[in-house]
Amino acid sequence: MAKGIYKKTFMAPLGKDNPVFVQILGICSTLAVTNRLDNTLVMSLGVIFTLALSSFTISIMRSWIPSRIRMMVETMVIATFVIIVDITLKAFYPEMWKSLGPYVGLIITNCIVMGRIEAFALQNKPSLSLVDGIASGIGYAYVLLIIAFVRELMGTGTLFGFTILGDWWTSWAIMIMPPGGFFMLAIFIWIAKEAFMKEATS
Amino acid sequence: MSDMLFPLAVFFAAAFTNNILLTNYLGMCSFLSVSKEIETSAGLGIAVTFVMAVTTALNWVVYHLVLLPFGLEYLRFIVFIIVIAAFVQLIEMVIERYSEGLYFALGIFLPLITVNCAILGASLFMVIREYSFMTTFFFGIGSGLGWFLAIMAMAGIRQKLKTAKVPAGLEGPGIALIIAGFMAMAFMGFSGMIAIG
Repeated sequence: MAKGIYKKTFMAPLGKDNPVFVQILGICSTLAVTNRLDNTLVMSLGVIFTLALSSFTISIMRSWIPSRIRMMVETMVIATFVIIVDITLKAFYPEMWKSLGPYVGLIITNCIVMGRIEAFALQNKPSLSLVDGIASGIGYAYVLLIIAFVRELMGTGTLFGFTILGDWWTSWAIMIMPPGGFFMLAIFIWIAKEAFMKEATS
Repeated sequence: MSDMLFPLAVFFAAAFTNNILLTNYLGMCSFLSVSKEIETSAGLGIAVTFVMAVTTALNWVVYHLVLLPFGLEYLRFIVFIIVIAAFVQLIEMVIERYSEGLYFALGIFLPLITVNCAILGASLFMVIREYSFMTTFFFGIGSGLGWFLAIMAMAGIRQKLKTAKVPAGLEGPGIALIIAGFMAMAFMGFSGMIAIG
């Protein structure tokens, strides 16, 4: 039984409770970096780290946080982990840190982090919250990685900066520009929703 | 370009060519969930413009007069968020006290604003781009107006869309994202006008 609940918690955000295409949460800060696969990967890891550890921390403290100021406490905890991500990147990968610009800091206002804390970590025990945080982060990351994969491949003919498609490929400039991100996400949501609707009716 | 005109150029760039919503995807959450009605969109748009203009200027002052001299730049995320949250709280109390009408019109949007990525985003952009105070002020107003413009246009289109037949899987956020994509393409048309970052 105890094991089952962990598995269920882990699987739900990957499919039917996916934060991106079911709950449409938290696309603000990360969609902007999906024009390159390597940027997206680093951002996704940052989100998973922040999400998992802040869920865990809030869950440990949940009985001591006064409910009137809980938003403030949550924001402080999230911001602390984001600062860790930010200074780690700045110290070890200065190039990456530069190209991500303000978006690392914007993980703080990413609704998905606050959303999972409010919806899950405040009611559940720490270990379960950690699992939920990691799973939601992965559920979020894989959607963005798929979007980034398509955008970079079609937009520049490369993946992680390596040329994949040869000279014959005409790059779709629109894919790496902002509208491409909107269209890709819309198409992804469309496909995912159709797939899940079919599953629900059958 | 002369120094006098630079803040104005930044203002127009922030509102049109580098629209914070359509080119940087900031403030998407509230954009998608609130843009169903024109009146509520206008309320949120005004609130965002106002808060963004004031908080970016405030954060500039805090960053340059407190954080930089003491070498505390890495604390900027926490400090900016506190400034924004405190300002929003203050405004909420002031208008609750003095203007009941305004409170009912804007009050419900104010809590939403604290977690609006666009507000924090504007503050972070002004740090990275090293704007002067004047430029920051115009940048804040411009970004806010750009956001206001985008959500109003979106609300207008979505009201017309109520009568349209949308594929079931695209209903709601899906179609809104596609509209936003077309709007972003339209706004790209402005990019020939001003060429600054």
